[in-house]
Amino acid sequence: MIDSALLNASVSELHQLLTTRQVSSAELTKGYLERIDLLNGKLNAVVTVCAEQAIEDASRADERRTRGEGNILTGIPLLHKDIFCTQGVTTTCGSRMLEHFVPAYDATVVARLKAAGVVMLGKCNMDEFAMGSSNETSFFGAVKNPWDTNCVPGGSSGGSAAALAAGMAPLVTGTDTGGSIRQPASLCGVTGLKPTYGRVSRLGIIAFASSLDQAGPMARSAADCAHMLTAISGLDTGDSTSADRAVPDFFSELTGDISGLRIGMPREYFNDDLDSEVRAQVMSALTELEKAGAQLVDIDLPHSHYAIATYYVLAPAEASANLARYDGVRFGYRCADPADLEDLYFRSRSEGFGEEVQRRILVGTYALSAGFYDAYFNKAQQVRRVISDDFRSAFQSVDIIAGPSAPGVAFPFGAKQQDPVAMYMEDIYTLAVNLAGLPGLSTPAGLVNGMPVGLQLIGKPFDESTILNAAHRLQLDTDWHRARPAIEDHVA
Amino acid sequence: MTWEVVMGLEVHLQLATRSKIFSGSSTQFGASPNVQADAVDLGMPGMLPVLNEEAVRFAVKFGLGIGARIGKRSIFDRKNYFYPDLPKGYQISQFFDPIVCEGVFEVPSSDGSLLPIRITRAHLEEDAGKSVHDIFSQESGIDLNRAGTPLLEIVTEPDFRNADQAVAYLKALHSLVTYLGISDGNMAEGSMRCDINISLREKGSETLGTRAEIKNVNSFRFVERAIYREVERQADILDSGGTITQETRLYDAERDETRSMRSKEVANDYRYFPEPDLLPIEIDQAYIDAVRDSLPELPAAKRARLVSEYQLGEYDAALLVPDHAAAAFFEEVARLSGAAKPAANWILGDLTGALNRADLTIEASPISAEALAGLIVRIEDGTLSSKLAKQVFEGLWQAEGTTDEIIAARGLKQVSDAGELEKWVDDVISANPNQLAQYLAADETKRKKLSGFFVGQIMKASQGQANPKLLNELLIKKLNNQS
Repeated sequence: MIDSALLNASVSELHQLLTTRQVSSAELTKGYLERIDLLNGKLNAVVTVCAEQAIEDASRADERRTRGEGNILTGIPLLHKDIFCTQGVTTTCGSRMLEHFVPAYDATVVARLKAAGVVMLGKCNMDEFAMGSSNETSFFGAVKNPWDTNCVPGGSSGGSAAALAAGMAPLVTGTDTGGSIRQPASLCGVTGLKPTYGRVSRLGIIAFASSLDQAGPMARSAADCAHMLTAISGLDTGDSTSADRAVPDFFSELTGDISGLRIGMPREYFNDDLDSEVRAQVMSALTELEKAGAQLVDIDLPHSHYAIATYYVLAPAEASANLARYDGVRFGYRCADPADLEDLYFRSRSEGFGEEVQRRILVGTYALSAGFYDAYFNKAQQVRRVISDDFRSAFQSVDIIAGPSAPGVAFPFGAKQQDPVAMYMEDIYTLAVNLAGLPGLSTPAGLVNGMPVGLQLIGKPFDESTILNAAHRLQLDTDWHRARPAIEDHVA
Repeated sequence: MTWEVVMGLEVHLQLATRSKIFSGSSTQFGASPNVQADAVDLGMPGMLPVLNEEAVRFAVKFGLGIGARIGKRSIFDRKNYFYPDLPKGYQISQFFDPIVCEGVFEVPSSDGSLLPIRITRAHLEEDAGKSVHDIFSQESGIDLNRAGTPLLEIVTEPDFRNADQAVAYLKALHSLVTYLGISDGNMAEGSMRCDINISLREKGSETLGTRAEIKNVNSFRFVERAIYREVERQADILDSGGTITQETRLYDAERDETRSMRSKEVANDYRYFPEPDLLPIEIDQAYIDAVRDSLPELPAAKRARLVSEYQLGEYDAALLVPDHAAAAFFEEVARLSGAAKPAANWILGDLTGALNRADLTIEASPISAEALAGLIVRIEDGTLSSKLAKQVFEGLWQAEGTTDEIIAARGLKQVSDAGELEKWVDDVISANPNQLAQYLAADETKRKKLSGFFVGQIMKASQGQANPKLLNELLIKKLNNQS
């Protein structure tokens, strides 16, 4: 069994231990694999475990380190969200449609981490095609929140967040189209960052909504997120929307100095939609930042309330096209004995996709249909620009924007499943950030009734450093991010 | 009722880029099924398109070639529909903002006048794959080699009034794109496919009638036939008081008729929206200027120059210019031989005839421009008569050597020596007393005709080597002296 000190060690500490050979990557990897073995039956956070490959990769990482090669991430174990294509390893995207899909290629994120010597332990469960905020839409069953296994972990990167919170890996990847990193990070008490759109290549990430999807790190601290972000960021000529921007060493930008930092608090994020206890926690986190030298400034994001409607036109519209390739013809699920072509399409897609995915495909198809395009898609595009402009003008007077990551803490299974709109409200504070393409993170801000709350920090385009640094400051001054669920007690 | 035909054309032109428009796969024609389809072409999960800059440059070349406005900011859109050979379930095309905007293409017609055709737009898109229904007994096959091949879809206004105009436009277009080097224009391989929108209206009317669209016609001749048959069909319906159904039709070349494609129960709604995986194409003036500077001489300019520089007739120029290779071949022969008019005659006459019989293009001609020029030089300097020249041409075609080598080997040199000629003339006259008597008995006009017999006999005796001009003079003198 893995030492609990190791379980809580940061990437920097693990790097130190690996460098001084107090522990080998192989030992670390075996320890995390045992941990997955021990807990996954309870949490269902991991859908594929690559034990043999992981141990092999770990030995290779150890050899690299012995030769004096490698970098801070070499030999560090990690779990990928099952939306990242992994060469030779089943990539399901949480869907029956891709239950047996084995890509012949790695996503750029996967390839970059592989090149850094990171050891992939396996793949994390997720909402089907990243569509969901509770991880209840996965074909492979719901993921349970390690803080309370009767509650959801959030979504869509719920498997990643739960695995991380339960100590199944020190680092996990996630993707965030409307809050899918930040909301589960909030609900599971971990740190998760959605980078600026274009910062991280989308190549090899199974598309949900192309203009909104962005991959990012989830970890136990802002510092660990910074390490991973540095490794996965940067131009990829294979993704035309990836940005040709210099990538700083995000870790070395974490000075902890936030004196004079102007933090905008949107009035629209602190209204009655927000659970009062969550608000109190978020405020106490902001007070901590204020104590550290930041200035809190009230701001307005006047079009915030259009974010959900805008998002739920644009994201489904793009998804309706992105998911058209799953037609039962070349790969993925194919229905048995199709009578003709139309039957092949109809049944393969009806049987291969779950309810939420089908709902969004239909919504998106409708929004793009002749006669509705102007009223829905076009209008939503216009509102998207207005929402972006809100942020742009707010950033004239503040350096970052802060608010809650989610309107409440983790809720029980089934609580919102029958009410899509209630479920969509989960992302009320995160969606606008995707619409504007901005970086945003969630960092732990204490507990409400024993369940984690997240503080969301939103940055200017390509200024991940400033929000990471503010989160880092908070993590230097508080222990919220060190809180761990007592999941072992349940297991034992 | 007199009907006026109104037609607009849409041409799908395959651009001759080496790789596909959004992937690195080869575009080579004729490979085994699916070997030229990578993960992008297959629409595999997570794959993204990356625009081939060459395709953009080709489209801009085309736009400048027809004098159209170039869209400074053009955008790709997704055209959504399900079809087994459309891997992603959508085609990346340009709907709202095309790369080539309005322009006017001056099409030369056979009488030398210019027919202005308004180009509505031309946009970039990816080709689909191919469904194959005749290989497997119970299943259809899908070949995605063609999926992702760059296409330029060129759309005209309804400016055509008859089949001749449509064919002239297509030929001029074919000529232009091969001059520009942006397409091989190979219609048999599908590099240029034509959709014809066709309707009839009462002569003098300004409103358009209901149209039918004839899809995917792939030769000039079929375009002509399809239009004839479709006009007949629509006129018959209208003449008998019927109405035209707006529909898509196919031209069946074997039965020489157009027929309705299986009609879809609902009209297609393609749900176009901007392709979020690609950035807008931004084209600045400097780029346009650079492409313009790189344009080769285009057919219209070449035609004018051939007439002025080589004193060719409009007719010859019009025949030589459309095929870029033929025009280049001509200029090479003219330059090497210094005799432009004979060069044009030989190329358009004997060479074209021989190439057609052998089903060869001029690029594959067994007689090089240099070889043909060598032959013309020997005609011009009097070494060869036109009759001998034809024999040398045959020798060149059979690769027997250069003109001079063939002359030597076949002994084809023209004989102009008065002594030798006189001997042949005397021999033939004395061997044909009857014909001589007839000749002497005839009047002036008949004599001219009868002398042909002697010329033929002498040519035969001299194996064609006798210089015809000198021979003729000598023969007439001798014959007239017989009396």
